[in-house]
Amino acid sequence: MKDLVQLYLQQFKTTFTSMFQYRAALLIWMIGQVLEPLVYLIVWSTVSNGNGGSVGNYTTGAFVSYFVVLMLVNQFTYTWLMFDYEWRIREGIFSFALLKPVHPIHSDIADNLMTKAIQLPVLTVIAVILAFTFHPTLSLTPWVILLFIPALLLAFGVRFLLEWTLAQAAFWTTRVGSINQLYFFMLLLFSGQIAPLSLLPHSIQIAAKILPLYWTVGFPTELLLGKLTLSTVLTGIGIQIVWLIIALFLVRVIWRLGTRAYSAVGQ
Amino acid sequence: MLNVNLDQPDRFSTPTAKSPVSSKVIRLEGLCKTYFVNQQEAGAASTIRGIFHRKKTPVKAVDDISFNMSAGEIVGFLGPNGAGKTTTLKMLSGLLYPTKGIATVLGHTPWKREKSFLRQITLVMGQRNQLVWDIPAIHTFELNRVIYRIPPADYLSILKELTELLELGPLLTKPVRNLSLGERMKCEIAAALLHRPQVVFLDEPTIGLDVTMQRRIRSFIAEYNKRFGATVLMTSHYMADVAALCKRVVVIHHGRLLFDGELALLLQKFTSHKTIIIQLGECQVDLNIYGEVLSCEDGRYTLRVPKAETARITERLLADLPVVDLLVEDPPIEEVIDRAFTEWNP
Repeated sequence: MKDLVQLYLQQFKTTFTSMFQYRAALLIWMIGQVLEPLVYLIVWSTVSNGNGGSVGNYTTGAFVSYFVVLMLVNQFTYTWLMFDYEWRIREGIFSFALLKPVHPIHSDIADNLMTKAIQLPVLTVIAVILAFTFHPTLSLTPWVILLFIPALLLAFGVRFLLEWTLAQAAFWTTRVGSINQLYFFMLLLFSGQIAPLSLLPHSIQIAAKILPLYWTVGFPTELLLGKLTLSTVLTGIGIQIVWLIIALFLVRVIWRLGTRAYSAVGQ
Repeated sequence: MLNVNLDQPDRFSTPTAKSPVSSKVIRLEGLCKTYFVNQQEAGAASTIRGIFHRKKTPVKAVDDISFNMSAGEIVGFLGPNGAGKTTTLKMLSGLLYPTKGIATVLGHTPWKREKSFLRQITLVMGQRNQLVWDIPAIHTFELNRVIYRIPPADYLSILKELTELLELGPLLTKPVRNLSLGERMKCEIAAALLHRPQVVFLDEPTIGLDVTMQRRIRSFIAEYNKRFGATVLMTSHYMADVAALCKRVVVIHHGRLLFDGELALLLQKFTSHKTIIIQLGECQVDLNIYGEVLSCEDGRYTLRVPKAETARITERLLADLPVVDLLVEDPPIEEVIDRAFTEWNP
């Protein structure tokens, strides 16, 4: 355990140093990440204003708060593993990870956590600016904040492990761009990124609750906005835990099969 | 210069419970690796057929290879491009599963990739990088320190030693992307050896480097082998590497083992000619009756003669001509190896 802690601390330092090598690129990348929810925020606010100040159970202010919170949640749970994995395997860099006596997932976890630690303060400032600009309606209660923290951490865990599992498709095909594209389209629709789930057709809502994607973005967002009852929140956290266990299992199984496939073909 | 106590076995050199009692550190028996490669002929019809049905052709990259290596040996692993050298090294370092056959390295089956095995080996690939590209190499070294659980005191002394041997000094704090190819290779080698592996696989460690850098890397490998008794299996297309480091060579071609023995024996076997260089007073003499005249400049003749005839021809030259100086040379090692590959080509 002590060795693992040291590994994480060292990976934190490496990521920190790497990230600040290209400061301008880092800033531009963060702005790009903010633009997508900002577009949805503006679109839905406009629709809401044109519709007499609300759409479904969302007022214009509620849309603003939804997309600002969603931006933060999405940033916290976002990973770039699927792009990285393809590159690592195509370039043969993955071989070095296989030669090391440590599972490469640890480096990825540490790398992601440090990146978020660097980005989140900047994004929080952006969120505050957006809040002052667009006037959201948000009333936080202590129990909501208390439950939001584990829900957010579980959302990150589920999304990270699922994306790590999917990224391993690169073991079988070095052109995983199409799989990534399909995944990000599904994420957009089912996670609540394009619109709050309650505004989408009933069938989409059911599919979203069955699939894991809503639990990685939409659920913690709605939780913080106070849109869910206590029992819904507790059930949601339970579902997140189940998905975390499933994702852990998938990571292990696919890793075993994937490394075997990689080792059979060689890069 | 050496700060590490070599007499005291530490975690990096202590054999594990699975380590072999015998001195055979590396053992291969009938090792085979077959790849299945998609094949597609030229033309639109073939492309369309390929959408529905892909023809896979088996390619034997490694075909029934067996050899052993003892502790502390340096063996040159030779063969032309595509002979199966890298595939064999990847199987021995645990990156590839073989199709058939047995291999053990330090008593472990490599492709099980047990942690105790991985802590004792390394693979340096001349054309691949493990260093983090955007930041100085020292950060990768630090990362490897924790990955391989190198105690801080040992790490510092090993780092100091590697820095001295490879003259890394100022390179450690420069971003890797700003290093030259040779500088980067030195850092790659250091990163790969920080955990002081007992078995070192080197795949073209000097590829693309200038002569000076090649020599430096060579002398470092020799020094590492001498100090730590490490077993080294290396591939290289530079025969100077092989001649300087490897008493023994293993030659493979088309995946099959063709020769396993002393380099001198290989050279002897495939040297059919020798070169005689004689210095005469002038260039007016016709020496074609003695052998094939390769060049003549300022009275200095270079003759190519059959190996078996060398002594007799030398004697005749000395008796017949006013020889100022005479030198008998073996042909360049590259020429001999090239001849070996060509003759073995099925």
